[in-house]
Amino acid sequence: MNLKKLMLVLGLVLMPFSTAFAADELNSGDTAWIIVATALVMMMTPAGLALFYGGMSRYKNLLNTYAMTFAAYCLSSIVWVAWGYSLAFGKDIGGVVGGLEHFLFAGIGVDSLYGSIPTSVFALFQMTFACITVALVLGSVVDRMKFSSWIVFTVLWVTIVYAPVCHWAWGGGWMAGMGALDFAGGTVVHINAGVAGLVLCLVLGKRIGYGKEAMFPSSVTLTALGAALLWFGWFGFNAGSELAADGLAGSAFLVTNTSAATAAMAWMCAEWLSDGQPTLLGIASGAVAGLVAITPAAGFVNLGSSLIIGLGAGIIGFIFVAKLKHKFGYDDSLDAFGVHGICGIWGALATGLFASPAVNAAGRGLFYGNPKQLWIQLVSIAGTAVFSAVATLIVIGITRLLTGGLRIDKDSEIQGLDNAFHGERGFEIQ
Amino acid sequence: MKKIEAIIKPFKLDDVKEALNEIGIQGMTISEVKGYGRQKGHKEIYRGAEYVVDFIPKIKIEIVVQSDWVDKVIEAIKTSALTGKLGDGKIFVANIEEAVRVRTGETGEDAI
Repeated sequence: MNLKKLMLVLGLVLMPFSTAFAADELNSGDTAWIIVATALVMMMTPAGLALFYGGMSRYKNLLNTYAMTFAAYCLSSIVWVAWGYSLAFGKDIGGVVGGLEHFLFAGIGVDSLYGSIPTSVFALFQMTFACITVALVLGSVVDRMKFSSWIVFTVLWVTIVYAPVCHWAWGGGWMAGMGALDFAGGTVVHINAGVAGLVLCLVLGKRIGYGKEAMFPSSVTLTALGAALLWFGWFGFNAGSELAADGLAGSAFLVTNTSAATAAMAWMCAEWLSDGQPTLLGIASGAVAGLVAITPAAGFVNLGSSLIIGLGAGIIGFIFVAKLKHKFGYDDSLDAFGVHGICGIWGALATGLFASPAVNAAGRGLFYGNPKQLWIQLVSIAGTAVFSAVATLIVIGITRLLTGGLRIDKDSEIQGLDNAFHGERGFEIQ
Repeated sequence: MKKIEAIIKPFKLDDVKEALNEIGIQGMTISEVKGYGRQKGHKEIYRGAEYVVDFIPKIKIEIVVQSDWVDKVIEAIKTSALTGKLGDGKIFVANIEEAVRVRTGETGEDAI
């Protein structure tokens, strides 16, 4: 009798430590890290990206670009907690999208867990990705989109375009099922936003005077500062995507910085050789290109591979943005497609080449004896690109109907939106 | 009375101001302007988009003096603003019909 009681007590005392409960038990280290990572990624939108883009816009539209970015963050925050999270991470429907069972976080409580972290933290971390993805799109259409149209576009795009692709890669959808490797958002964020930006800028048309008039960036200083803040925040973006404070997060952290630094110097050298002068805009752009490229690969590749990925991103980014784009003639104003789309594609393919099982058992690329992975990556890239293009066109159509056209009038465009629409000036310089 | 308008290179402003102070000129008005003449502009490249910037920043100095001071003012500006390279600038002289000192209401040469 006493022994039985003892065993019962022992059993009850030891139960919390048994492996049966380890899978869904709160880990305070992981939780603390992901809360911080979320804050880091949050900063990337209204600070990093806003400055990066704002500094590259012409002075007369600096605030409008910034406002579009800031508003995109706020709107996406609301859409996400209302229905976006549910569509992305709700119970899978046919591999395409989640359900609406978590509308306004129904069924999610203070103690709900997603792996070893609270569901609220996971959901908010994912939210910051949705926010920056839609914000990236505006880079293609600065100086000429109606603010009301941008608001409607943002709400619809996060719902109809972002949430499904997010579901495909991370919510249990078909891309994950197929074995596509995307650690932190090569397809979900960069290719998605890049293609959407391209489509949107083709529909909106070129800025008045594009190709003829000089269009000076308002402040390369702000752009470089923005790039540095993006880099800082990207540690949360990539290392945080491990959703745990562990060795793989450390590895993602390492390769992220390495790729960014290498790409920055590669772009700088390419520009120096090609145009005879290296610019700060080039260095900052290179860094971002490197960060974009390492995003899908961060938790799968080793240090050596990240050097190659960064080198490729810097060179490919420079050639596409500074040389090829002008030949095509379209006005992707701040190179959302050129940097995020193209370097995102490079990164997704590179993941298929360089994924090393020694880093992450879940990934084996072509150079480690699995050529099929490259094909899987290609399919996920194509699937994302095609869906993004078509779905974005649908969103554009609805937006156009609801707001009576997307483009601002000619006079406002010449005057500049800061003055014509916002009634504000970027700087008061005496 | 005459007005002397001088367009000079911005970094020469301190030298010109000192030279004018030395000959007895106690005030002047300057503005930041842009312009070009035989000195060509420069090239700026932003992510492959190349722009030629024709207009170069200059400083315009305006002084109003008694007519018999014009020659020594021109000489002072000419010497202190000179670098010998293209873009050193130009000096123009115009007639001034009237001048008024706001504080006291003095007019004519008493006002300058």
